[in-house]
Amino acid sequence: MTDGKNSYDASSLPDLLPIYYKRLFPYSPYYRWLNYGGVFKNYFTHREFSFTLKDDVYIRYQSFSDQQDLEKEIQKRCPYKIDIGAIFTHRPKDHKTIKAAAFQAQEKELVFDIDMTDYDDVRRCCSGADICEKCWPLMQIAIKIIDRALRDDFGFEHLLWVYSGRRGVHCWVCDEVARKLSQDGRTAVAEYLSVVKGGENQTRKVVLDDRIHPSIGCAINVIRGRFSDYALSKQDFLGNEEKYTKVLQLVPDEEFREALSGYMQNFGKSNHRWLVFIEKQKEILDKGAFKKSQNMVEEIMLQYCYPRLDVNVSKGVNHLLKSPFCVHPKTGRVCVPIDPENVDSFDPFKVPTISGLIEELNKFETTEEQGKRMKDYRRTSLNESIQIFEKFLKKLEGSWKGRLQEQSDMKMEF
Amino acid sequence: MEIAKPSRNKGRSRIVRNLNNGIQDLSSEHNLQFYSIPPVETISLQEFEEYAVERLKVLKVIETAGAKYVKGSEKYNDHVELEIRKTPFKRLLKHSDIVSESDLHKARQLDKISHFILRLAYCRSEELRRWFLQQELDFFRFRFQCETNLSERKKFLEINKLKYEPISDTEKNSVQEQLAQAGKVDAGRVNTLEYFKVPFTEALDLVRARRVYLHQGSAYVPYEEMVSILLSVYRTKLSQALAVTSRALPHLEEDDRLLPMLCGLSKRYLGQDYSNRKINVGQITADMIEMLSKKSFPLCMQHLHQALRQNHHLRHGGRMQYGLFLKGIGLSLDEALKFWRSEFTKIMDGDKFDKQYAYNIRHNYGKEGKRADYTPYSCMKIIMSNVPGTGDYHGCPFRHMDADLLKQKLRAQNIGGEYLDKIMIDLKGNHYQLACTHYFEAVHHLSLDTHNGINHPSQYFDDSQKELNGNKLVSSGGTNRSLRPASQNTPKSKPSQVSQHSDSGEMEDDFDFEAAVHSIPQE
Ligand code: SF4
Ligand SMILES: [Zn+2]
Repeated sequence: MTDGKNSYDASSLPDLLPIYYKRLFPYSPYYRWLNYGGVFKNYFTHREFSFTLKDDVYIRYQSFSDQQDLEKEIQKRCPYKIDIGAIFTHRPKDHKTIKAAAFQAQEKELVFDIDMTDYDDVRRCCSGADICEKCWPLMQIAIKIIDRALRDDFGFEHLLWVYSGRRGVHCWVCDEVARKLSQDGRTAVAEYLSVVKGGENQTRKVVLDDRIHPSIGCAINVIRGRFSDYALSKQDFLGNEEKYTKVLQLVPDEEFREALSGYMQNFGKSNHRWLVFIEKQKEILDKGAFKKSQNMVEEIMLQYCYPRLDVNVSKGVNHLLKSPFCVHPKTGRVCVPIDPENVDSFDPFKVPTISGLIEELNKFETTEEQGKRMKDYRRTSLNESIQIFEKFLKKLEGSWKGRLQEQSDMKMEF
Repeated sequence: MEIAKPSRNKGRSRIVRNLNNGIQDLSSEHNLQFYSIPPVETISLQEFEEYAVERLKVLKVIETAGAKYVKGSEKYNDHVELEIRKTPFKRLLKHSDIVSESDLHKARQLDKISHFILRLAYCRSEELRRWFLQQELDFFRFRFQCETNLSERKKFLEINKLKYEPISDTEKNSVQEQLAQAGKVDAGRVNTLEYFKVPFTEALDLVRARRVYLHQGSAYVPYEEMVSILLSVYRTKLSQALAVTSRALPHLEEDDRLLPMLCGLSKRYLGQDYSNRKINVGQITADMIEMLSKKSFPLCMQHLHQALRQNHHLRHGGRMQYGLFLKGIGLSLDEALKFWRSEFTKIMDGDKFDKQYAYNIRHNYGKEGKRADYTPYSCMKIIMSNVPGTGDYHGCPFRHMDADLLKQKLRAQNIGGEYLDKIMIDLKGNHYQLACTHYFEAVHHLSLDTHNGINHPSQYFDDSQKELNGNKLVSSGGTNRSLRPASQNTPKSKPSQVSQHSDSGEMEDDFDFEAAVHSIPQE
């Protein structure tokens, strides 16, 4: 995928990172987030960070006493990647001095990782690490569906969605209930949200019951709204024999499958073929024939569009996940927050790159007069992303205002 | 709970209360309990062992029943009940011959003490904890469901301070449609049911399986599913307790009489023997694997083997599942390296293999990293954890493969007729290990329902070798054969339930302190 505007050259990263970490990384809001208002003791100091340095040197169990300490260390090391881990019983940097059994991960945001590579069997435009505007809608659908379920079903409010810098998105659920979830709890949530299941030995990866669970019903509605744009026009997913044969494999009743295959040959275009699918399913619904294929249309839509979560990332309290505002070393793009209410206006190809941002800084320096005190990032295109982050933070801060009040009231009583 | 160092006079061991904090112990008020409060009684070392062995018998019954029948089905319940009637736990069953107060009290004590002893014995490794937790949960479910008396059930909730209020009719009506869809029932039926609103964190099993309606963090649980809530409360309590106990266990190591016994107890029923590579290591070489995979590997391992042969690569989940299995049947580290290397180097150079993959294999053999000695995965672990994703070939085919595809593969192996029918029925009911057992019977030309049940891939291998070679094992699964009575002098095939049962009675004789001491796993 080429992208003329922000030409970024990976070899310049060692030169750019010091400037980025010195002048652009939003330490202050970042710290405000991870400190959680100081409501819980040691929340920031006992948090694990890990750094990936040049040449894949990986150091775990970093921890910092406060924002200054964090700033200092990041600027000193200039990590290629920063991961955020759990809050431990002790300061992670002291872990060697503590008995392994006593050093335990206690809390962490509930996290989700959705990666485009997991969709390789259902997108035809690219594969592996590549993305394009034809498959990116999958991520939009994913955010819409997961965001809704986390809010409406689980009652979570503080969701931070972040672009992973290359081919996917992360979600950080920051509500207290989520942070305190056990491994079992995390697994249960992740599995509740997993609809597409099975490895290489399974072609039909979505099997619905006669009665569709309300949560999946909502997901289907999201997909339905975007299906014709995404699957029919962008992916042209029934476009040729190879493509529709693959789709037909998902029809459970053999006889019905063969009948459909005949119809496919009679029509030329994806949207016509899809209409036939829907038409025929209605017919069998009315007739009560081919019981197993009753929800076939929904199953196909889900298999092609429903978000594919990497459950292993969500399960462990101890699992590390790339921090927001890192720079992806291969693309140079900053891992910026995404506003779930405006997923459609987020374009991964327009995400600020480290080289672009530094160029902007240079421009300002030469044109603007000195002396105006303003955070550097506010003057660059990173500002928009920081606004999204601030919006999330503001709401989050509201959640502990009450807590702090309570605590101070308690103190007054004694 | 702590077990005090035995006083020097002749192996008396005392179980001491230290956590009660003045909470009134109501656990002996009811046949069922969550075992929140450790026992305070003093018992002898001999009783200590007897109690534990009795409970182990019961848990083993539970495990076997679960592999043979649908949990909670009539057959399952009948089987479990019948077997429990042969143990001192019978007094805790309903419809028991009227028992005196003191008998009942004794039975409840046995229940409690034996539970706590096994906690000690089974807290020491992930695999042990997993096994114990699962059987205890199933045991609890069985007992709760047998408790048909509504007021007894309510009393249990009360004692354990579980206050769940039913939702109002107005609220129910407002979400009637959702309740019906989530519960897979007619909207009309919803009206007749009672629903409770429970924080989703207390209904994890129902949430995981999407069996309840979830809104704003609350799960709407019908009364019938209450047992699932209780199980989840119990699961949380017990797994926490096991973690705490395992951390406290080092204190026990001073007690040179208890530890060996505890180790012996845990070895005995889990079938940990499958992992005891020290005994059988080296009997299998890399070039035998191809042949063995066709004859004696369970389907899961056959698939991994074929995938490896085809792709010359397996992803992490597959390497773990298959690698540990091979280790378990007796492939030495050197042979394992040879085996994996020969496949992987078809698509990468030896250098890359040595750098990126050899570590992983040595790791499995405890030669790198934590130096933990990893044990082969049991069926339960394979079926329950680490669901395969895109690009993965691990897992259990009976669980993770399309029914159609599976059928095709089975046909290709010449499995048909009533065996195939049986397997397909098992799959419909989600009885994966049962399907595997029937598969075993088909492959080895045994009559249906004669095999005792597959619960470990290594056991599959062992049993298969026994079928094929008479009693001579190419690879011995380890020391303890008590799980599989068909060993030594029983004529081949057809181990019956009876022999299995009498077998568990054999344990008293072969309790081997020496062996137990030497087999303490290093974690
Ligand atoms: S039941 Fe166990 S042995 Fe059989 S295929 Fe599944 S995992 Fe393998
Ligand atoms: Zn694409």
